[in-house]
Amino acid sequence: MTAELGTTTPGGYLLVLAILLPVAGIILSFTPGGRNAERIALGSTPCGLALACAIAFHVGWAGKPVVYAIGGLPPPLGIALRADGISAVMLVAAAIIVTAAACYARAKFATPGGVRESRSSLTFWIMLQGIWAALNIIFVGGDLFNLYVALELLTFAAVPLVCIDGRPETIAAALRYLLFALFGSISYLLGVALFYGAHGTLDISLLAQRVQPTPVVWTAAALMTCGLLAKTALFPLHLWLPPAHANAPAAASAVLSGLVVKGSFFLTLRLWFYVLPALPADKTVIVLGCLGSAAIIAGSIIALRQARLKLLIAYSTVAQIGYLFLVFPLAIGAQAWSAIGWSAGVMQVLAHAFAKAAMFFSAGLLAEALGHDQIAKLGGAARVLPLTFLTIALGGLSLMGLPPSGGFGAKWLMLQASIASGQWLWTLPVLAGGLLAAGYVYRILAPAFSDDQISLVSPPKRSQEMIALALTMIAIALGFAPQAFFDFLEIGRPVAGP
Amino acid sequence: MTPSVLAGLTGAALVGFGLYGLILHPHPLRKLLAFNLIGSGVFLVFGIVARRGAAAGFRFDPVPQAMVITGIVVAFAASAIAVALILRLYVESGNVTLNPEVWTKPNGGDAT
Repeated sequence: MTAELGTTTPGGYLLVLAILLPVAGIILSFTPGGRNAERIALGSTPCGLALACAIAFHVGWAGKPVVYAIGGLPPPLGIALRADGISAVMLVAAAIIVTAAACYARAKFATPGGVRESRSSLTFWIMLQGIWAALNIIFVGGDLFNLYVALELLTFAAVPLVCIDGRPETIAAALRYLLFALFGSISYLLGVALFYGAHGTLDISLLAQRVQPTPVVWTAAALMTCGLLAKTALFPLHLWLPPAHANAPAAASAVLSGLVVKGSFFLTLRLWFYVLPALPADKTVIVLGCLGSAAIIAGSIIALRQARLKLLIAYSTVAQIGYLFLVFPLAIGAQAWSAIGWSAGVMQVLAHAFAKAAMFFSAGLLAEALGHDQIAKLGGAARVLPLTFLTIALGGLSLMGLPPSGGFGAKWLMLQASIASGQWLWTLPVLAGGLLAAGYVYRILAPAFSDDQISLVSPPKRSQEMIALALTMIAIALGFAPQAFFDFLEIGRPVAGP
Repeated sequence: MTPSVLAGLTGAALVGFGLYGLILHPHPLRKLLAFNLIGSGVFLVFGIVARRGAAAGFRFDPVPQAMVITGIVVAFAASAIAVALILRLYVESGNVTLNPEVWTKPNGGDAT
């Protein structure tokens, strides 16, 4: 088992390429600068998508995780990169959304020929690749300290995107985000120190074999979980998220809301399902599930009361993150239903990533076209922006969990898992969250479909509308995922009860 | 009380003071200093962790020391970004506060 998880498998070099590609892009963007940063980003993202698909193909074909031992040294001496089913799926999802964001952002951050690049455009292209590089490391990293560095890289790339236009309120939002994130990472780091002190290794699969339910391990797990929750913006640590995500430019908001919070959530999954399956975590998962439920209810209710579209979508992210944490009570252990809970969690991550990115793109289009994003003044807007509102409606469908959509798939599986496991209480937040989401989506759509007259400041770009629509189509298509897809998610999932 | 226990307790105290400051002080610069205090505490704990190699016959386990170096670099970079943001916030608005009330406009602000 250990030898298998510590030696390079066929296709392992692809994992290295998936990390090297964006990092090389960052360095190259800095050196020639100017228009080249944009060209490099637009060229490397489709290549990265192809690489991610190749990794997914290798994982599916071998039916077991793809591993690369850096420098040929197996853990505990070296560091391993591992891609299992969910890593491969997340790599593909991240590559799709980053590619879409790069294409969408050309309208705002493109540098025309013969003009010196502006600071904001250079920052945008470099930080976009930085986020992508950090996410790829998080998805394939096999060493807890290595993952800490990736987590910090993710924060350092995300914070500048929040305050890219330099208005004081965006700088304050970025600073608040940074302080929350720093608390999160230092808390995570302290947990890493305790793990190393107790067990002498930080490799995920080696730790999983050595971990015992001792006080040190519990303390480390609690510290790391707290830190990761602050970074994932789980209620009540969500305070930084709405101003940060609502103030960033649309292309950046989509990446921040769709992908960046999922990075730290992915590590929380890794921690509890891969490092600590040996811990009797019955009570912990209930706490996480309760926090998730509170997030669903509180986030949705606050979203209902927002005056601005982008803030409403940001609070909806707070609510949708809550759903992710229901996966802990529904997928822990090795029962028959935990596989359903696991599929539900991953499906929710994917459906929310695509639907939310599309909604932020649409909100950006709407703000450009109308010159504002006040919900009260949207009367008749659907008449002049039909494609944008089609995207918002379809994305909303997935957020509410109406069939056929990825959101429906996720919530249906959650309901199934909670009934099958006899924890029917978890069905209440799932259902209530769906109703509340219907409420806030209705609040956007109802005025837009009224008979009022509204004038456009500038017509929307058709290409940007198509990108947003394509992303919602993926969120909808996830509702038709075949069984083979769920089997793929199971690859490499440790199934060990306490 | 062995030196290791003393150092461990000092690390714990630093983390505690830092957390107190990070949560209770409203000014961002003080929050940043508190974060650095927590960081020092954590690095001290890493130093104690390095002692566990002593049981295996080594004088020190070099891995945690490598981690401390990396951690210090990361914490330094984080502090640099935070100071840059604080300075920029002061230049742009003359008002360094994280109080959300100050930044909320009557109409909720407009997207750009």
